[in-house]
Amino acid sequence: MAGIALERLAKTYPGGQVAVQGVDLLIDDGELLALVGPSGCGKSTLLRMLAGLEVPTGGRILIDGRDVTAEPPQARDLAMVFQSYALYPHMTVAANLAYSLRVRKVGRAAIEARVAAAAEALDLRALLDRYPGQLSGGQRQRVALGRAMVREPVAFLLDEPLSNLDPGLRASARAELLRLQRRLGATMVYVTHDQEEAMTLGSRVAVMRDGRLAQVAPPLELYSRPANAFVAGFMGAPPMNLLPAGHARVEAPEGATAGVRPQDVLVGDGPLVGVVDVVEPRGHDTVVHLRLEGPGAHGVVAVVGGTPPAPGTRVALGWRADRVHLFDRDGDRLTES
Amino acid sequence: MNGGRVVTGAAGVCAVGLLAAPLAWVAIASLMPDSLVFTRGVAATGLSLDHYRALLAERGFLLAIRNSLVVAGLTTAVALPLAATCAYAIARLPLRGRGPLLAVLLAVSMFPQISVVAPLFLVLRELGLINTYPGLVLPYVTFTTPLAVWLLTAFFRQLPRELEEAALVDGASRLRTLRDVVLPLAAPGLSSTAILTFLYAWNEFLFALSFTFDADRQTVPVAIALLRGRYQVPWGQVLAAAVLASLPVALVVAAFQRRIVAGLTAGAVKG
Amino acid sequence: MRRDATHADARLARWLVAPALLVVTGVALVPAAATAWEALHRHDLRLPWLGTPFVGLANFAEALGDPRFAAALARTMLFAAVSVPIELACGLALALVMHHLVRGRAIARVGALLPWAIPTVVAALAWRFFFETSDPGGVGWLTRPVAAWVPIVAADVWKTTPFVAVLLLAGLQTIDPALYDAARVDGASPARQLVTITLPLLAPALVVAAAFRTLDALRLFDLPYVMTAGGPGTATEPLSLYAFVALMQRLRVGYGSALSICVFLLALGVAMAAVRALGRAAPGGHA
Repeated sequence: MAGIALERLAKTYPGGQVAVQGVDLLIDDGELLALVGPSGCGKSTLLRMLAGLEVPTGGRILIDGRDVTAEPPQARDLAMVFQSYALYPHMTVAANLAYSLRVRKVGRAAIEARVAAAAEALDLRALLDRYPGQLSGGQRQRVALGRAMVREPVAFLLDEPLSNLDPGLRASARAELLRLQRRLGATMVYVTHDQEEAMTLGSRVAVMRDGRLAQVAPPLELYSRPANAFVAGFMGAPPMNLLPAGHARVEAPEGATAGVRPQDVLVGDGPLVGVVDVVEPRGHDTVVHLRLEGPGAHGVVAVVGGTPPAPGTRVALGWRADRVHLFDRDGDRLTES
Repeated sequence: MNGGRVVTGAAGVCAVGLLAAPLAWVAIASLMPDSLVFTRGVAATGLSLDHYRALLAERGFLLAIRNSLVVAGLTTAVALPLAATCAYAIARLPLRGRGPLLAVLLAVSMFPQISVVAPLFLVLRELGLINTYPGLVLPYVTFTTPLAVWLLTAFFRQLPRELEEAALVDGASRLRTLRDVVLPLAAPGLSSTAILTFLYAWNEFLFALSFTFDADRQTVPVAIALLRGRYQVPWGQVLAAAVLASLPVALVVAAFQRRIVAGLTAGAVKG
Repeated sequence: MRRDATHADARLARWLVAPALLVVTGVALVPAAATAWEALHRHDLRLPWLGTPFVGLANFAEALGDPRFAAALARTMLFAAVSVPIELACGLALALVMHHLVRGRAIARVGALLPWAIPTVVAALAWRFFFETSDPGGVGWLTRPVAAWVPIVAADVWKTTPFVAVLLLAGLQTIDPALYDAARVDGASPARQLVTITLPLLAPALVVAAAFRTLDALRLFDLPYVMTAGGPGTATEPLSLYAFVALMQRLRVGYGSALSICVFLLALGVAMAAVRALGRAAPGGHA
């Protein structure tokens, strides 16, 4: 396993479209880094550059200190799990698993051993003679994972590997993946558009926006100390409430934005007043959409336990000062919260 | 809605009937002895295989069939790999001048053959290839490759890119990916193209007419066209030859009709 | 930025393309260039002592003044002008039938494809046989200058309608069926649906089919050669056949080459017009 370093990595397409600009990133040996961001932020392009499927227009990629920027995918010893799994439809599961080893001319005995080990770890033994077309989505996903595992690569690259699974299956697959990663001590770069998935899986999370890194930090730090308004609004569900600081009755410099998580909004207590608009019971708690009275008439989302107020009710709203995140007019974090 | 279906069905039968009728008529006529050949209508009595016997025994028509099989087979065997490698490069690899290349290939397929017959004849004569299999296979390959490249490029482009990318990441070279992943998956496209190429070579006339003159080197179309009786056209035998020439084709069409349509429409959809 | 990976791929691409390009250029383009060269020289194989002097456009000038050439050219274009619309109409009808056919699609396809698949020679002989022996209307078709074209056109239409039908069928299958439902709800008759929905949306496919068929019509050779040998006299002699006669029978390589260049230029003109028409008929059409 090895550390991966991206230095000022950039990709601009011939038509002028900028996909990635100036990304510096260090991925430690054995960590699972989640790469997350909205559609079009460049995360998939970044992953594909790592794999060698796209050629960067600027910057370098180093794997274990070795500059691989100019090398083709075949030479990089990275394994990739595609969103669509990309299993070879005309080969059996066993052949799919063995393919990369055959290409690299590994001995037959070694191939059989590794394929058996992967099949064992992923519960694929019964499926070895089937064809991908005969498998369910969950099974195919496991084969895709097994195909990567068998190679014992320097690192794994995963491009939204769980997004094609049914939601129920996704949670258990996630747990399986985490268990596997820990067991193998594997370095993984995991791309996803689901911020919750990123928070659950990554030992660190890199948030991307418009081709740039917005923040790289462990999940909890991302959640409790977002470096800018974008990260603050992107991570966490329901998204953080962001209002002009003045309207939020918060002490702050001119043009600052205040952010309060829905879970930190106090309904029934505080200096502001809002009218309940829509109420979404989630079983364990309730999401309440309110409209503030006062300048801006901002929408505020709160999460409350117990009995929620009925739509149309006027309620007091407020928040603790230490629960407020402040961002300056460029969106960057202002003060300690 | 049912009325519509009946009408369509009837129209279908009519259309197919109209199209198949001449062939059926030829087939039936070829089975009738000479004396009845010039009467209209089919006499159920008097069917005979005389013409076929004469054709095969006296005219050595079997040789023509053999020649056509060899030439068409060789053409397909050579043109297909040629076109497949070229098409893969165009479809998947960074290639400068892709547009001009396809344009050149298209232009060649539009050539009136008459424009190249004369110099080609002279060149082939210099090389001693007149009256030989290579003498026909070479021009045939040349004129079927452009269309084959067009069709195969369209088929390759339709394959999901991720499969090839997975193979690359797995460590396979481009050529290995072509062999292990692309070609197996493009099998339908390859067979469509092979069939169209074979049919072209089997049916081709002008080059075969111009580049062979020994009776035992002729292909089927030429052999049929040159069947001459001493006093009149031996229609019975001509029709028998026509049936024999069409039988392999009919079998191929019956067996592969879906592939043929797929091949033609891929060419159409991609322009 | 070093891009060795892309360079390696680009190099491989050039190697993969080379064989096909070599064969095609060698066997097609070089002779074509040779034909062009011949067309500018006097070269009569029956008069070898005259050598092959450069004569510029003299062969073409001779062609322009040659009544047989003018007649062949006129006949060729007339043939195209008559047969192509018929083939488009029949092809469209066949395509519509095959499109709506629910059962027996496979048989329909086989039956429909047979005429296209068999050698042209066979088609020529079958139709010639029919017209000669059963002589509908007692006209003596193949013995009369104008009437002799009828069997040729019939054979051509019969043979190529399936090809046109398959092309149009592909186009038909891309039309959203919901459009027809909407039209039916609006009260449009089937005929009106054909005119206002089918034909406009089928325009690109129709142009492609028309282009292919016109190119083939201009290069017509096999059918008249087998059916009438260009006769009676030269009444059914298209341009390609005249070029063939000049080249192979009269051995006037220079003149024959010039004639075949004329055929090529005709085809080129049509192809360019077709590409332009296609560009207008649909966005992102031809190469």
